[in-house]
Amino acid sequence: MSTAAATGSVSPLAQFWRDFRRNRVALVALAVVVLIVFVAVFAAFIVPQDPYDLKSLVLRDARRPPGYVGRDGMLHLLGTDSQGRDLLSAIVYGLRISLQMGLMAGAIAFAIGAVVGCSAAYIGGRLEALIMRIVDIQLSFPAILLAFVVAAVLGQGKEQLILALVFAQYAYFVRTAHGAAAAERQKDYVQAALSVPMGGWFVITRHILPNALPPLIVVATVQVASAISLEATLSFLGVGLPATEPSLGMLIANGFQYLMSGRYWIAIYPGVALIILIMAINLVGDQIRDQLNPRLRK
Amino acid sequence: MASFIIHRFAQALVVLLVMSVLVFAGVYVIGNPVDVLISPDATQAIRQQVIEQYGFDLPIWRQYLQFLQRLLTGDLGQSFVFNMPVGTLVAQKLPATLELTLVAVLFASAVGIPLGVYAGYRPDGKVSRAIMAASILGFSVPTFWIGLLLIMVFAVQLGILPAGGRGATRDLFGVPFSFLTLDGWSHLLLPALNLSLFKMAMMCRLAASGTREVMLTDTIKFARAAGIPERTILRRHVLKLISIPLVTVFGLELGSTLAFALVTETIFSWPGLGKLIVDSITSLDRPVMVAYLMLVSALFVVINLCVDLAYAALDPRLRHGKY
Repeated sequence: MSTAAATGSVSPLAQFWRDFRRNRVALVALAVVVLIVFVAVFAAFIVPQDPYDLKSLVLRDARRPPGYVGRDGMLHLLGTDSQGRDLLSAIVYGLRISLQMGLMAGAIAFAIGAVVGCSAAYIGGRLEALIMRIVDIQLSFPAILLAFVVAAVLGQGKEQLILALVFAQYAYFVRTAHGAAAAERQKDYVQAALSVPMGGWFVITRHILPNALPPLIVVATVQVASAISLEATLSFLGVGLPATEPSLGMLIANGFQYLMSGRYWIAIYPGVALIILIMAINLVGDQIRDQLNPRLRK
Repeated sequence: MASFIIHRFAQALVVLLVMSVLVFAGVYVIGNPVDVLISPDATQAIRQQVIEQYGFDLPIWRQYLQFLQRLLTGDLGQSFVFNMPVGTLVAQKLPATLELTLVAVLFASAVGIPLGVYAGYRPDGKVSRAIMAASILGFSVPTFWIGLLLIMVFAVQLGILPAGGRGATRDLFGVPFSFLTLDGWSHLLLPALNLSLFKMAMMCRLAASGTREVMLTDTIKFARAAGIPERTILRRHVLKLISIPLVTVFGLELGSTLAFALVTETIFSWPGLGKLIVDSITSLDRPVMVAYLMLVSALFVVINLCVDLAYAALDPRLRHGKY
């Protein structure tokens, strides 16, 4: 890498950040992700209206175009939906739910993948072969199909949907963790640690897992983005979240029926929010992947 | 080699069997079909008759064995909603889905690969950056939302293309297809484009990263040193080297596009398998769900088997010795 890293004056993390900063697009994307997370966390203090408070909804203000000023004098910057709900507020709350689902599913799948993948590589033998065979078979089915079937079978609900997303995605993490861990397992320092002997769990957590982390982080960014997209798709198809917890996908589905009559904003703006979120995560992930890819290093 | 093939076949069978158990168990947890089939004010006698007719009174494992037996004899049961054999129903819907999928995948390859090779060849050019940015967009935008956008622009605002349906069809070997008529094409265009965008972005990115890596290899350095024109290097060497992963992905994507078609078909009311399964889940039409899931898993098992066998034929390590 650069001279600073070679002289040892800069920590690897600082060097990583220095390389990351060089890509303007990725930097902007990172800022967008941070901003969206901030907005989602503090949604209640930011939005003009609590979209779940039925008392504050004025039905006569339903389906108004962007920029409409409601009867109570409130400005609806992005218009209102079919129940007179301020669309901007609904989108912010929708983002919050979508982000929550994506992060939860991603974190659980990450944990399962790291533990199962590293353990399989450490244990080896028949168990490893069996686990990886199952993972391979599962990976041959498209994630959308697996998630759709599981979500349909389990029914609507937050926990059910997270389970469906985890089921559709954990195999990617297992495969990645296993690949990295199996390479690490062969190295001399792991062999040395085992010959001391140190406990298996200790070796996995202290030596193998940290070295399997970089590729896992890359997969995690991609998978969180795809989990958010999957969740929206499932909710759009009607097998995702219940109507009481409108994620972005649900908002879009609700707006679909008004699209034909030209009331485009109800379906389009939640979609724009969704795309900005997914794209920003993907751009950040792309940059991290490029930086970690040894074949592209100069 | 022979043992490899036998091993893979056995594994495929096991996978199918496991899938059948999972599908059956999963589908029979969803709800009580008796409530769906019989109106609430039906007499107890009619209720009993329907339950016996469909075997809902038997223990679950007996129902499964019956189900397996029917599956093996090709009898997939009767759709609760359409009141016709599921086999016939699926056979009716399959051509529409296959047509849509095939057009989408071909479209994705024809556009995505050349763009990707160009972007990988000149990774720092302005056009390449635009291509890669567009591919990230295509990767990030959920299929269903692009579908809405396409409908909004081309069907509602411009009014030049229809928003749904299959349009006029013409029979080929007794099966109706849309791509044989002009009206059919006008109906096919939007859904096919919608379905292909994600694959197009994927093909593009694969081709780009492949090309980028291949361009750094010694093969290309030597070819350049030998004075071979760039155009020839691209066509002869780069395309050949990146084609292996692309062909694999093409095969596998055919299957996953089939699965993704359920989103596109729902939006564009394309009367194919995907719309059938979404509708049948909402209406708890279990025989249709079971048939669809079994068909798709069988399809995937067959595709994977073919890919593995093709690898075995190509890879000398697999051809000769242990796998």
